[in-house]
Amino acid sequence: MNSALVPLPIVIPLFAAALTVVAGRSRALQRIIALLALSSVVGISIALLIEVDEHDIVKMDAGGWAAPLGITYVVDRLSAIMLVTSSLMLLVVLIYAIGQRGVESEHVGFTPIYLVLASGISASFITGDMFNLFVAFEMMLAASYVLLTLGGRPDQVRSGMTYVVISLVFSAVFITALALLYAATGTVNMADLAERMPELSSGVRTGFSLLLILVFGIKAGLFPLFFWLPDSYPTAPGPVTAIFAGLLTKVGVYAIIRTQTLMFPPDSQQGTALLIIGGCTMVFGVLGALAQDDLKRLLSFHIIGQIGYMIFGLGLFTVAGLAAVVFYIAQTILVKTNLFLVAGLIDRHAGSSRISKVGGIVRSAPIIAMFFAVPALSLAGLPPSSGFAGKFSLIGAGISAEQWLIVAVALLVSFLTLFSMTKIWAGVFWGDPESAPPLDEGRTHGGPPLMVFATGVTVALSIAYVVFAGPIYELAERAGSDLMNPRLYIDAVLGGER
Amino acid sequence: MSVLLAFTAAVLFGLGTWLLLQRRLTRIVIGLGLIGHGTNILLLTSGGGGGLPPVIGKGDIEDFADPLPQALALTAIVITFGVTAFLLAMAYRSWQLTHDDVVADDLEDRLIAASRRDSHVVDVESADLERQNDSAGDDS
Repeated sequence: MNSALVPLPIVIPLFAAALTVVAGRSRALQRIIALLALSSVVGISIALLIEVDEHDIVKMDAGGWAAPLGITYVVDRLSAIMLVTSSLMLLVVLIYAIGQRGVESEHVGFTPIYLVLASGISASFITGDMFNLFVAFEMMLAASYVLLTLGGRPDQVRSGMTYVVISLVFSAVFITALALLYAATGTVNMADLAERMPELSSGVRTGFSLLLILVFGIKAGLFPLFFWLPDSYPTAPGPVTAIFAGLLTKVGVYAIIRTQTLMFPPDSQQGTALLIIGGCTMVFGVLGALAQDDLKRLLSFHIIGQIGYMIFGLGLFTVAGLAAVVFYIAQTILVKTNLFLVAGLIDRHAGSSRISKVGGIVRSAPIIAMFFAVPALSLAGLPPSSGFAGKFSLIGAGISAEQWLIVAVALLVSFLTLFSMTKIWAGVFWGDPESAPPLDEGRTHGGPPLMVFATGVTVALSIAYVVFAGPIYELAERAGSDLMNPRLYIDAVLGGER
Repeated sequence: MSVLLAFTAAVLFGLGTWLLLQRRLTRIVIGLGLIGHGTNILLLTSGGGGGLPPVIGKGDIEDFADPLPQALALTAIVITFGVTAFLLAMAYRSWQLTHDDVVADDLEDRLIAASRRDSHVVDVESADLERQNDSAGDDS
């Protein structure tokens, strides 16, 4: 099924980015353009999701050149779900950034670069071509370098160095993997790669499978490649950290899921290796979080822990496992963005994000406490939160696949996550502040209205997620069965024209 | 020819990795540049050996070089160039701020490590670390 809607989530933000550069003299105009562009991307993503759910796979060949020669843009259920979630988050965080007056979000370059980031994220979900995936990642990363260091402060430069260098290493390893894939198969189109992969010997296939896990593992923050993440994310301004935390690592996870399920036949899928990596990622993520004192760093370690759960679901390679992962990723994106937006509110309200310095927010700004409680319960996976539904389905899938050890690890890590959330609650919301928070505007409202509104929207979305968990899970289940049946994708991309 | 190119790529990767492990950003930039060249050579060799320029009408299709890796390498070169320029700008900013381009330690990690130990031990350790940093900065 062809559709002209497919490339729009890439094209619209990119075009809007160009417009905002032209409109550089007026911040208000820049923001109106950006808001319009991102709202229309949300609309298009939802339209694509509806279309995909009807026709399984929607695609477009760029310039009318059929795959595998031309560049193909493909949307299946997983891509569509990721698109809807990410475009919603990009829009909400932009509203939050507009509300937060600061050096970075007032900067002339902020809006254009943010739009390029949006375009890069959409592109990596839509593309059906490995080299285009590389270009999409580069778009996203180049934008993220600038957003991270836009303030030019010493701590930003320091953590920016680590971040840019590790991302460049990622790019180099990615190109190396592409060169080797091309040398072995003579194609970079994902569907065509999947078609030709069985011709290779099983050793070579296993090598490629592990190489691609390594490549995307750097970006996803898998054990033992996560060390750069908690160091670099927290130094960016609040809204930027929220979007990095919510989306960037998940793009890496998406790439792992896409390549592992599509390109490799069942005999060279690295189930056990992924389960071990997933387990270690969970444990190290949560243990790292327990040691932290800075709120944003603590939450950054939890990002890593969450990634572990996704890899655990993928490592099962069952329909139930993949359905649970799809359900869980969308939920985590919501919750993580939400938590970092709240961390930004706390930072602004109390003037610090150190747990040992901040205190008593439940009295001074109850709305922030309420906004924190919903995603915190969700992160720990307590019923009736959306996180409970996600973890319940993951652990259910683990039990039905009889992987007892990883199920035990996942439950233990959940418990430690709850402990770490109570640590934040006791330190930040109860307790006494080291110094009284400044008596300025927003003392009881929690902050500027737009910031509170944007955070409120994410809270409402995560509550809606659990209310509509049934239909969403059914959709995730259909996405999971698509992923377990790569023929569908291959035939849709290569079919007809052959 | 391919063996020679593969060997060149290997040497570039090796040298680049060694430079990447240094603490000065300028060296890291050069290292990343070398690794970038290594990957580009690898990309070019992945398309098989050389051949005629792939222009229709210039000869037999069988004798053409594979144009796709060339296009991929070109894109990769442009991207590497842009990001290297950004890294250099950051090295300059770092020099403006601290008159140095050494990649600094993560302060927060040190604080957490410090809170877990006896203060005396920490003083000795951090002094040691600083000395190591200085010497790493000097001799490299």
